[in-house]
Amino acid sequence: MSDPIIVTERLTKVYGGAVAVDHLDLSIDQGEVFGLLGPNGAGKTTTILMMLGLTEPTSGRARVAGFDPLRQPLEVKRRVGYMPDQVGFYDNLSGIVNLRYTARLAGIPLREIDGRIEQALQRVGLTHAGSQAVKTYSRGMRQRLAIAEILMKQASVAILDEPTGGLDPQATREFLELIRSLKHDGMTILLSSHLLDLVQSVCDRVALFNAGRLGLIGRVNDLLRDVLGGSHVIRVEAAGHDLDRAIAAVPGVKNVAVEEGLFRVEATDDLRPAIARAVVEAGGNLTTIAAGQTSLEDVYTRYFEGVRDAA
Amino acid sequence: MRREGSALSGVGTVVLKELADNLTSTRMRLLEVLIFVTGASAAYATIGAVRDQISEYPFVFLLIFTAAHEPLPSFVAFLGFLIPIVAIALGFDSVNSEFNRRTMSRILAQPIYRDALLIGKFLAGLITLTVVLSALWLLVIGLGILLLGLPPNTDEVLRGFAFLVAAIAYGGVWLALAMLFSVVFRSAATAALAGLAVWLMFAFFWQMVVPIVTMAVAPPDPDDPFSALRTIDVGMDISRISPNTLFSEATLAFLSPTTRALGPVLSSQVEGSIRGTPLPLADSLAMVWPQLTALLASVILLFVIAYVLFQRQEVRA
Repeated sequence: MSDPIIVTERLTKVYGGAVAVDHLDLSIDQGEVFGLLGPNGAGKTTTILMMLGLTEPTSGRARVAGFDPLRQPLEVKRRVGYMPDQVGFYDNLSGIVNLRYTARLAGIPLREIDGRIEQALQRVGLTHAGSQAVKTYSRGMRQRLAIAEILMKQASVAILDEPTGGLDPQATREFLELIRSLKHDGMTILLSSHLLDLVQSVCDRVALFNAGRLGLIGRVNDLLRDVLGGSHVIRVEAAGHDLDRAIAAVPGVKNVAVEEGLFRVEATDDLRPAIARAVVEAGGNLTTIAAGQTSLEDVYTRYFEGVRDAA
Repeated sequence: MRREGSALSGVGTVVLKELADNLTSTRMRLLEVLIFVTGASAAYATIGAVRDQISEYPFVFLLIFTAAHEPLPSFVAFLGFLIPIVAIALGFDSVNSEFNRRTMSRILAQPIYRDALLIGKFLAGLITLTVVLSALWLLVIGLGILLLGLPPNTDEVLRGFAFLVAAIAYGGVWLALAMLFSVVFRSAATAALAGLAVWLMFAFFWQMVVPIVTMAVAPPDPDDPFSALRTIDVGMDISRISPNTLFSEATLAFLSPTTRALGPVLSSQVEGSIRGTPLPLADSLAMVWPQLTALLASVILLFVIAYVLFQRQEVRA
């Protein structure tokens, strides 16, 4: 592990009495894909803006790529590529002209600009659309253009805020491929999302955010084990009387949730044969029995249920 | 606390981009057509009327700008009217449109300060305004040379140029105001309406408001003859809050060289002077120096307010 590239220490932001980010301590290593996870309004975007020096923290400090975003914002912004939530471009200009503008703002040497833009567009698969006006672009193409901008800057850190917001499944899949390829290049990626499957599939580590506080942080698998206590989830579809009681009676079953003929069973082990037997013995018509994959979604739900109960 | 790096890095890039946007936008084309057609036709109509005075008046060229030929108002009156509209059109959506297009956070994530964006946008607007007004100015002078058949003399050229500078400063006030509204109001339509409302107030209603306010602030005392003078002075000061008044006073001094004073003059003060003789340019300039300074100060003040508000604005939509 190398030195952390993004560090926050007791980072706090208060908006007129409302605490958006509350004493956040975070450390992200070079080359890592890190996911900020949390419901809308949890303080993810505010955290990102403070890292970029676009919003002043109320207290605490951050360090990005070795620089203080508050005092040396230009140094930070030179090294960090940012894709905002619902990224926008100048619609009447072409993709290339849009990138040229940011390239000049970024201070890229003039003779390198066109070469870099061409490479970046090729990388994200927009070569054919480069000279079209951005207003003809689809949502997915705009997101990829934003990635091209980050590539063009040759940023060492990419911060992506809700990168797949509003994308269809196909575009999301392509976009995730793109993120993986960036990681492969050694880029550090911080992405925020409320979509769990997205974070689960690309992130090395995730942090769960709630109401400006860091709830949980760690590797995806560790979180699954810690929060869910290593339990197995089994989905059972069956019709019959009092099946939930029959299933609950199987040794090792911890919890049974019923939802219109669908039973969500939590057990200490993979108890599919025992449960199937119990259902049949109770006179039920078993249609499906499957091991449900435990996902970050369960962690999320469980964690926030816990938070709500505690409150 | 000090920030590192220059606040001006990126200004040139922003200026070029905004200038290209301004000069190619449909909105600007329409305004250019409007201002050129009205301005040139006013000048053209006037030229026909002033031709007879070539032998009598030494500043015939300046008459092209100031003389009104019924039913058209004078060229200067047209400009006093149209410059604010052009300036408001240039500035009313400069900042809020970046938010509405969601480009603001992406642009500010580049290694530039916010200063560069606002200064760049303002400079680009001012350059556009200068280009439009200079072109119009040259057009009118060219028309004058063609139709009057004689070139302007040095004094006329210098006075004409001073007038152009005053016109640009006047435009700058409205541009800075429009940009201020574009920072304050997130909706471009609201910002445009606010700008037009201020313009309407100064262009039409200010002259109605001034006497009422004057009478309330400094009513003339029937027993004191000097209080009447004071009332007039206060009235003029209130009227000068309007940039339109400042502009028209400045143009009056530059384009009508025989103007010796802008306010009331006591007969003792003009004793010994020869009526109708023109003032040298330096004296005309000295007479309206406060007006020019006030126009410039308004530009700076409005820009600074916009700047401070913009710096404090949250980037997130």
